[in-house]
This record gives sequence, C-alpha cells and structure tokens, in this order.
Amino acid sequence: MKTITHHIPDPMLAAYAAGTLPHAFEVVVATHVSMCDTCRVSLEAHQAVGGAILENADAADLPEGMKSDVMALLDQPIDDPQPAPKRAGIYPGPVMHALRNRAPRWKSLGFGVRQSILSDGPEGSLRLLHIPPGRAVPDHGHNGMELTLVLQGSFHDETGTFGVGDLEIADEELEHTPIAGEGDPCICLAATDAPLRFRTFVPRVLQPLFRI
Amino acid sequence: MAADREISEQTTWMLAIRDRRDKQAFARLFDHYAPRLKGFVIRSGLDAAQAEEVVQDVMLTIWRKAEQFDPERAQVSGWIYQITRNRQIDVVRRVARAVPEELKHEDDHEPDPGQVLALEEETGKLKQALKRLKPEQRTMIEKAYLGDLTHQEIQAQTGLPLGTIKSRIRLGLDRLRHELKELREP
Ligand SMILES: [Zn+2]
Repeated sequence: MKTITHHIPDPMLAAYAAGTLPHAFEVVVATHVSMCDTCRVSLEAHQAVGGAILENADAADLPEGMKSDVMALLDQPIDDPQPAPKRAGIYPGPVMHALRNRAPRWKSLGFGVRQSILSDGPEGSLRLLHIPPGRAVPDHGHNGMELTLVLQGSFHDETGTFGVGDLEIADEELEHTPIAGEGDPCICLAATDAPLRFRTFVPRVLQPLFRI
Repeated sequence: MAADREISEQTTWMLAIRDRRDKQAFARLFDHYAPRLKGFVIRSGLDAAQAEEVVQDVMLTIWRKAEQFDPERAQVSGWIYQITRNRQIDVVRRVARAVPEELKHEDDHEPDPGQVLALEEETGKLKQALKRLKPEQRTMIEKAYLGDLTHQEIQAQTGLPLGTIKSRIRLGLDRLRHELKELREP
C-alpha cells in the first residue's frame, strides 16, 4: 500500500464537521476520510471540540410532554431511509452514494479523457474524471477552488505527484496541467465551487454544451 | 494515573443504551442533553420550533444508532455533536449530507476502560483549554463549530491543543483496525 501524503487541511475538516462546506466539497472530504485514517482521526478531534461546545451550551426549556413523546417513540419500528453508503470497487461509500449506487456514466471529452458528472449547479460541480496513462487533463484555470482526489492510478502536475487517496487543492491562481501516470488509467473525483473554464480543449462558446 | 477515576456517567448511560437498550439510561441522557441541544441549535440559527424538531430527531437517532457509538474514539458529546450537525444540515438544505464510511467494532467487543478513561481525560483538557481562551478567541471557535464561518474564514491556528487528543483517538482507531484485520484474516 502506498501512503497518502496529501491530506485535508485542518480548517477544511473543521468546516466539514460544522457542515459549512459546499456539498461537492463535502463529498470529497467524506470520501478522503473513508480512505485516510489520519484525516479520520483529525475529523473526530474536531467533533470532540464541537462536543465540548455543546456540553457547555446554555440549556433551553423544552416543551412539556416532549420527553414522554420521545420515550414513546423508542419502540416504534425504524424505517431507515438511508443506510450508510458502501464501497464498490474503487469507489468509496460517499462516491457510491453520489452515484446513487450505479456505475458511472462516462461521456467522452476527446483524446481518451472521459468524465461522469455527479452534480452540477451554481454551488459547484462534482464529477469523476477518467484519464488514460500519460494523457493530460485539458489545461484549465478555475473560478474558485478545485479539489481533486485520486481513486485509481496517479497524476502529476506542476505542484507534485498524487497517488490513490491523495487530495490536490487548487485555488484560483493555479493554472495546472495534470498528467496521468503510467499503469492504470487515472480516475479521480473532482469538485469545484464554481464552473470550470477550460482553455485549450473546447472553445469557450461550447462550454455550456459540454457542461465542463 | 487514571486508575482511581471512573468512567463518566454520560458514557455509562450511553453504553447501557447501546448494549442493553436501557430506557432509564436513555431518560437520563435525555435530561442531560436535550435542553443543551436545544440551546445549541438555537444559537446556530434555527427558531424554537425547528430546534425542538431537531432535538427530537437527534434524541431518536441516538437511540437507534447507538451501536455506532465507540467510547474508545469518541465522547458522547462529540458523537452527539456530529449527529446534530448532520440533522441540522438535512433540515436547512435539501441535499442529504455526505458522510464517511462507518467503522464499527464487532458486537461482542469489550471497550478497554483505560483507553476510554484516557480519552475522557483528553476531552476534559480540551474543555478547560476552551475556557482559558481569550473571550474573542473563544467566540471565534464557537462560531466555527456552530457553522457560522466558511472554511476560508476558519483560522488554521485555532489556539486549541488538538495534538494530544488526536494521538489518543489514533490509538482507539488503531485498535479497531487491528480487530477488523484479524476478522478478515482467519
Ligand atoms: Zn488524509
């Protein structure tokens, strides 16, 4: 097993614990934590801080009868609408959940690069990318932040090499060209908090059409 | 060091709920946490009626998901904090919250009292450290964990000594990993 060397920064884990990350980022964090015990430990430490604040919170009066209402509900049969997500192949539970437990539906972006969009909206986008060995992800800048988490294979760019479980955080300034490593195709989970703008791949006018 | 100390009543109640489905223990846990939970949820922006709904849901989740409580890795308050934030987000946002895969001990696993106590001690120190912070610093941290700050606004240096509690949680997680590995390798 290769060790994960690129982790989630503490402020982002704290924001995840508090629930203030955009949904697409939240999926990436939950996926990395499913793969990385270092970050699972940090996340649980942040939850302990949250717990300490909860423990110190001022008590508020509860309506009469609330306790007995809750006690009466304990024996009710449970219909658990959302069992915890389970891993399938290279896709950890949170990715399978975002895929609604189905296989990714790949769309070609040309040159063997494929993507499968999991969600897309004003809050940001979440997608899977499939890059053949040695191929580059089209050169792109960002209107914001982009998180890229490797699920299979590896990629490298101007900032370093990223293997399975590694997370790259790219901000607005970084114009990077990730290139997939040798071996298995690189499959990664990529999230943005703003629409992507590709440079060389597709003319800007076509972007809405391709949703990239 | 921890030999003369006892496991907190919160943990004892929670283990009774988890292992024996003890309703009396649940009633005590309710009395302790439900009013605090309501205060906490109101502080993070819900009105009283919404807050009561969240408190009710959280208390029921505690009962129903008790098997996930692991005193070697989490204190009751931290575990409830996460359930509460999950529930609150589901209420405010329509998209269900993304959560990591769960890790769980075998049903017959006996928690190691030394580890449980040591973790409680670390959490106690964390609470003390929170109290010792300058008021404005403490307010910032409370805001962060109440969900009032974005991750860009959260300072990398919170001023809290998280290192020691992390190494303690790590021990608990390693024990669990070891157990899971042994299960996989007959
Ligand atoms: Zn990590």
